[in-house]
Amino acid sequence: MRHIISVLLENEAGALSRVVGLFSQRNFNIESLTVAPTEDPTLSRLTLTTVGNDRVIEQITKHLNKLIEVVKLVDLTEGDHIERELMLIKVKAVGAQRAEVMRSVEIFRGQVIDVTSTVYTVQLAGESDKLDAFIKVIDPANVLEVVRTGVSGIARGEKTLAL
Amino acid sequence: MELLSGAEMVVRSLKDEGVEYIYGYPGGALLHIYDAIFQQDDVKHILVRHEQAATHMADAYARASGKPGVVLVTSGPGATNAVTGIATAYMDSIPMVVISGQVMSHLIGEDAFQECDMVGITRPIVKHNLSIKHPSEIPSAMKKAFYIASSGRPGPVVVDIPKDMTTPTDRFEYEYPKSVKLRSYNPVSRGHSGQIKKAVDLLMSAKRPVILAGGGVIAANASEQLTELAKLLNYPVINTLMGLGAYPGTDEQFLGMPGMHGAVEANMAMHHSDLILNLGSRLDDRITNATEKFCPTAKLIHVDIDPSSISKTVAADVPIVGPLDSVLNELLKLVKASNITPDKEAHGNWWKQIDEWRARHGGRYRTDDSELMKPQQVIEILCKVTKGDAYVCSDVGQHQMFAAQYYKFNKPRRWINSGGLGTMGFGLPAAMGIKLNYPDEEVVCVTGEGSIQMNIQELSTCAQYDLPLKVILLNNQSLGMVRQWQDLNYESRHSQSYMQSLPDFTKLVESYGHVGMEVTKFDELESTLEKAFAMKDKLVFINIHVDPFEHVYPMQVPKAAMRDMWLSKTERT
Repeated sequence: MRHIISVLLENEAGALSRVVGLFSQRNFNIESLTVAPTEDPTLSRLTLTTVGNDRVIEQITKHLNKLIEVVKLVDLTEGDHIERELMLIKVKAVGAQRAEVMRSVEIFRGQVIDVTSTVYTVQLAGESDKLDAFIKVIDPANVLEVVRTGVSGIARGEKTLAL
Repeated sequence: MELLSGAEMVVRSLKDEGVEYIYGYPGGALLHIYDAIFQQDDVKHILVRHEQAATHMADAYARASGKPGVVLVTSGPGATNAVTGIATAYMDSIPMVVISGQVMSHLIGEDAFQECDMVGITRPIVKHNLSIKHPSEIPSAMKKAFYIASSGRPGPVVVDIPKDMTTPTDRFEYEYPKSVKLRSYNPVSRGHSGQIKKAVDLLMSAKRPVILAGGGVIAANASEQLTELAKLLNYPVINTLMGLGAYPGTDEQFLGMPGMHGAVEANMAMHHSDLILNLGSRLDDRITNATEKFCPTAKLIHVDIDPSSISKTVAADVPIVGPLDSVLNELLKLVKASNITPDKEAHGNWWKQIDEWRARHGGRYRTDDSELMKPQQVIEILCKVTKGDAYVCSDVGQHQMFAAQYYKFNKPRRWINSGGLGTMGFGLPAAMGIKLNYPDEEVVCVTGEGSIQMNIQELSTCAQYDLPLKVILLNNQSLGMVRQWQDLNYESRHSQSYMQSLPDFTKLVESYGHVGMEVTKFDELESTLEKAFAMKDKLVFINIHVDPFEHVYPMQVPKAAMRDMWLSKTERT
């Protein structure tokens, strides 16, 4: 099963490499990873998505917790949560395609953020499935470049991951 | 406040931490620190001949004392030579602080002379590592290193110090912190009371219980509590390879070691038990055999200070995260207060069954199939001559297993071996680390011709610091454990498992100023050992020729259950 694990990490040199190293060292799977400092500049927030059975996920969270620089973590998929991913996608758009692509962008509530006479660059945010779906509806032959941020997530309601 | 250079701060921090000996080897990146060492007498430096030996000396001191050992190595090759020793300590949860020199900070990343990314290289084999960015950080970084290394589940910590952090003319205020607090690291101080209560209910109502004691019991200095609990309940106790000595080896409730080369009664009892109280054993592959066939009728209580050790290989029914000493204290209290009446009849039958298993093998071995003596005989005589009270430092291979099986350890911290990583070359430096710190104790290195040659250069260090330890070389002219597997699984195709061109060990050790002895006949063994151990102020190296065809038994059948064992070359359970 897919899990989204959110980690508060000391914002120190080398801390990220310990997290990434742990996954390869212990043969854990890592599907996406996103990291940036928080409102408290001494802390980074890291979100990673991984796939594994309960035993593997338990080991992942235990080993992450063991890292000295990991302050706190939560498996967001254990409760109600919201996940978002941002995608920038460059699509070939000439002739009739221009209208076709625009229609898809509107349906998916994306935005065209850069235009040339032959290319649209589209920005799209949402759950990863939605981004996958958008790529599917655009003819793959027309996709020139895809950039995805990886998943960020947050718990619904009052629950927070903070010190 | 005092003004000190970074180099002086390193040495002063060690003094303030109460460190007596450090083990190391100088080099360019460390010259400022070595100059600071020269100008004081509080911290004594032991110069090894290879950095790996420095790590094993520090490691063995930590195993015997429970306090972190300290290593000092230079950048580049000095640091990489220490890697095997750091990994050895990591696998066995041994507290250690390794200070590695680094090239000047402005050169980092430029492939400078003797540069290597020590923090990167050691990341997967340390509990933590840090690099110094400013000389004023040194006292707090050192305190942090010692604190992390020795608290919670202990382990090695590397402190990487670029040369320009130690410049003698750059002086900063020095104050060694009394304590350190980290918001992201708070080791547990006690187990969950509800879980402990559950464990006690299971313990009191078990019909076929076993207590399994691992290295965690020794790390937590909880042998006394373990012994009290086992005596109170009259339950059988099994010590893992890392736990030998946690429970007295000559006690009748002791069943031996479990696993790959475990005692028949230990493996049988675990397999057929209805409850395993696992105290600080990782249940690694050398114990469990195939995990899907592991102890099918047993419930598992698993106590460990490291939550990630619990349910890693075998799912625990009652997990308890906490230090072994405090959890055992609480277990004892609740067992004494429990109103569950133990099933005496079931326990009587269980002991009867265990005694039958005991009679089945009982550590027997043949002595009539070879002209040469058996390695098992040597260990039994060694145990007799040293009254079972020596520090036994082992290398890795058949001799290690024979020592673990036949030397009866009655005290914790006397059996010093590389259990997790299985590092050949560990034994001699380990014995050196112990002899240096415990000069009045009998210290033995049990080794083979393969292992001893991996760090034999340290005989020179022994001469320099006058370390009169005793080396027991079980010489079978081959890499015995490799050969055993080749006999069993590769139709005796002995690929690269011979030790050819062995030196004349007697001449070799004499060239270092030590005493060499050679034994070829069993009836000369005891008198030779007596003579060697009577030479209190000499390192004596005893080259003992043993049967090269001997195997270690019992031996678990691969991919099977704990009960499935070879008992000899021809018998199976």
